[in-house]
Amino acid sequence: MYFFDHHNKADNPQLDFSWRRKLLFAFMMGAMAMLIGRAIDLQVINKRFLQKKGDTRHISMVTVPAYRGEILDRNNKPLAISTPVHSIWVNPQICKEYAETRPKNIPQGCFELNNATFATLAKILNTPTQLITKAFSQEAGRKFVYLKRRVNPAVVSQVKALHLPGVYFEPEFKRFYPTGEVSAHVLGFTDHEDKGQEGLELMYEDALKGHPGSKRVIRDGKRRIIENIESIAPPVPGQDLYLTIDQRLQYLAYRELKSAVKEHHAQSGSLVMLDAKNGDILAAANYPSFNPNGKKSLKFIRNRVFTDKFEPGSTVKPFVVAAALDGSFIRPDAIIETHGFFRVGRRLVRDIHNYGYLDLTTVLKKSSNVAASKIALAMPSDYFWRAYHNLGFGELPGIGFPGETSGFLLDYQTWSDFEKATLSFGYSLSTSVLQLARAYTAIADDGVLHSVSLIRREQDQDARRILSAITAKRVRHMLEHVIKKDGTAYQARIDGYRVAGKTGTVKKSVAGGYSSDSYLAIFAGLAPASNPRLVTVVLIDEPTGEHYYGGLVAGPVFSKVMGGALRVLNIAPDDESTMPLLLARKSS
Amino acid sequence: MNTETRQEQFHSSSLVGKLLRKLHIDIPLLAGLLLLSALSLTVLYSAGNQNMAILTKQLIRMAIAFGFMIVLAHINPQQFQRHSTLLYGLGIFLLIAVLLMGDIGKGAQRWLNLGFFRFQPSEMIKITTPMMVARYLADHPLPPRLKQIGFAAILIFLPTLLIAKQPDLGTAILVASSGAAVLFFAGLSWRLLLATIAFLASLTPILWYFMRDYQRKRVMTLLDPEADPLGAGYHIIQSKIAIGSGGISGKGWLGSTQSKLDFLPESSTDFIFAVFAEEFGLSGCAGLLLLYLLIITRSLYIAVQAQDSYSRLLAGSLTFTFFVYIFVNIGMVIGILPVVGVPLPLISYGGTSMVTLLGGFGILMSIHTHRKFLPT
Repeated sequence: MYFFDHHNKADNPQLDFSWRRKLLFAFMMGAMAMLIGRAIDLQVINKRFLQKKGDTRHISMVTVPAYRGEILDRNNKPLAISTPVHSIWVNPQICKEYAETRPKNIPQGCFELNNATFATLAKILNTPTQLITKAFSQEAGRKFVYLKRRVNPAVVSQVKALHLPGVYFEPEFKRFYPTGEVSAHVLGFTDHEDKGQEGLELMYEDALKGHPGSKRVIRDGKRRIIENIESIAPPVPGQDLYLTIDQRLQYLAYRELKSAVKEHHAQSGSLVMLDAKNGDILAAANYPSFNPNGKKSLKFIRNRVFTDKFEPGSTVKPFVVAAALDGSFIRPDAIIETHGFFRVGRRLVRDIHNYGYLDLTTVLKKSSNVAASKIALAMPSDYFWRAYHNLGFGELPGIGFPGETSGFLLDYQTWSDFEKATLSFGYSLSTSVLQLARAYTAIADDGVLHSVSLIRREQDQDARRILSAITAKRVRHMLEHVIKKDGTAYQARIDGYRVAGKTGTVKKSVAGGYSSDSYLAIFAGLAPASNPRLVTVVLIDEPTGEHYYGGLVAGPVFSKVMGGALRVLNIAPDDESTMPLLLARKSS
Repeated sequence: MNTETRQEQFHSSSLVGKLLRKLHIDIPLLAGLLLLSALSLTVLYSAGNQNMAILTKQLIRMAIAFGFMIVLAHINPQQFQRHSTLLYGLGIFLLIAVLLMGDIGKGAQRWLNLGFFRFQPSEMIKITTPMMVARYLADHPLPPRLKQIGFAAILIFLPTLLIAKQPDLGTAILVASSGAAVLFFAGLSWRLLLATIAFLASLTPILWYFMRDYQRKRVMTLLDPEADPLGAGYHIIQSKIAIGSGGISGKGWLGSTQSKLDFLPESSTDFIFAVFAEEFGLSGCAGLLLLYLLIITRSLYIAVQAQDSYSRLLAGSLTFTFFVYIFVNIGMVIGILPVVGVPLPLISYGGTSMVTLLGGFGILMSIHTHRKFLPT
């Protein structure tokens, strides 16, 4: 009561103080109520919105890379595999922050971010120091800069040992091709995103790539992944690809091509080997090649076996003979008159020599253009066209390889007689190495033309008979003489095996006609001739050495590759007369 | 109510009452402050990512601050009154010294390096300014005449401007409001009060002109935080998200994600309320504000109970300063005031403000326990 006895308000600070206290208290209560009101606004009314915003800040979806399918050869040897690697990236903002707060909290064992460290890092990563320095000093709020992608584990552990702030590692897969340049053209390669860019990698991209999984993670304010919350979808690994390629034969083919191209100073060389019984592509090699594991030289990326077409020259003569025999336009014992040249309309078809009178075997053995032309002209155009068409000329071989060529075969209604004649010795039409080899399966498998495939399959669904068995056998027998001592391809012989085949020496077509001094040397053959198992076509482009004849340039490659393949595949010899061991035993 | 309490205290003046009076400790205040401290340690443990080193450091600071409080509680308010001028003068001198030769930390010149420890004179002036103004006004008849009000205003503005120059807007506001509170309690006429408010409001554009760029940015950010969500608006947006995602009941102790994952800056110092709100929700916020309100109520009660003008004015001012601390900090964190560097009293990590605050409560206890009890 002591404080409140006065009556005059103005003279009574105590009473006034009480009022002021109450007013101020009310004011403070009001302010507190305002704070609570705001808290209700945030925590009740806007709760869901703000929670969602918060979640988007720290919960995010991360894709888990899927393991890309392997590519395996016919013996399940790996040709392309994916290995786990890490991509190294840096968050320059963290580095900036670190540089600013450095004196306060250097993590234990953490390296300084200075030029010496950058130089060390550049050395480990094998990249220019300027690039590293630039990545670390990114301004303008960039939070993600790759230092290097797909680094193998040894390098990663070296970088981790540096304990650099703001440097992170992201798991990825890197494609690795154990066979390197040997199978490079068939397999192709993937890009930095692991997407197929060429060859089978591109062709079977969808099957190989699999489906990346996803998981929900918690990230902190520095974008580091703190915790995995849940796996939304596990990554589905891609399917493995089982090839018909036999890596051993592939290697053999590549090795021999390489040495032949070098020996004859040629532009390039291509070889394809087919299983005569089912059309499986056992080897498809090209030289020059590229290294799919390193920097690729784009010049040599084309898989010439599948994508390049050329005029097959004399290698098609057996088909002319076979077609004529099958259609009874010529008798098997026919004798054909050649005099070195043959006039068709106003143009001439020539042979190298005047061979005189030739039986069919010698026609092929000596490769007479005149005789082939006469046989062709004996057939109606539509029949002749259908024979070639049935062999697959002018049609895609259907393996689906990127850039696969169909070759070129004119409609017979536009043929002139001269064109019809040139078709018989392999001009005016074009084919790929694969198409030519495929056509030879008809001769090898007693008249049955096989479809070709790079992918393993139960059986050849699309095989179809295009020649009678007797004709096929007859022509095959004729082709065996080509390999004889006086034939055009004695160099293509294989000890212990009977070989049938045909050479081709083709003038390269250039602008305005045919070149007089650049050739394609071709040999197409099969073995063992008694029961053919393998068909091989060898093409050497522009040999510029001493020889350019198909038999002399392509023949030896055929001999070495086929000889090796027959032994590797454990195929029984069918010619005792030339078996070195047996010969040795007999003489002793 | 006054008499009742006094009687109650006389009744309990048995052994415990005597002992407490001898220790000059006010039990309700002490209880509230200890509760706040316990809460502080709890939240700090979570905000500091369960770092025990931070906790022990803060615990040591608390012990020092509580010791300081008890020391001040033992000093007779008359001693404060007698030495107010000296303390104020010393404070002004040190503020000038800081401006001339202070250490720079976080872009502002606030610290005075005394060799063995760093000292922030602006903290000291938070208490000495209301002391000085209270002493000056109490020496004259109340309510004050215009002349005294004018002089008091100079006493308030001098330290305020010195601190604003550092620049430390938060502390300047606290010092100005502590002085203004003394004037208000002293009986500033209502007319003059309204006139002052009107004057200050009209001053705002001029204040805007004198503001530094970063201060202007903060004000603009308050109005539209989304304008620069990764720059100036980042603090506010993150703290609003943290508070909002707490909901009504909160995510539970140690359950905050926004501060834990480094999204919320300054999560254990100025923005610790956001962590608290995320973990304990609306109910926790209400509880904390209630606790603050109880301490304020008790402090105001002490002011009412004070037996002389000086004590009353000082007590009222200290109470109001405590409130301003709370309002400015929470208002900032919650997004209704611009970002100003004021800690959440007795909860935020840091020692200086805690020492000053508990010093203020020491003075309050001293005022309350040094009364000469009159026989009824």
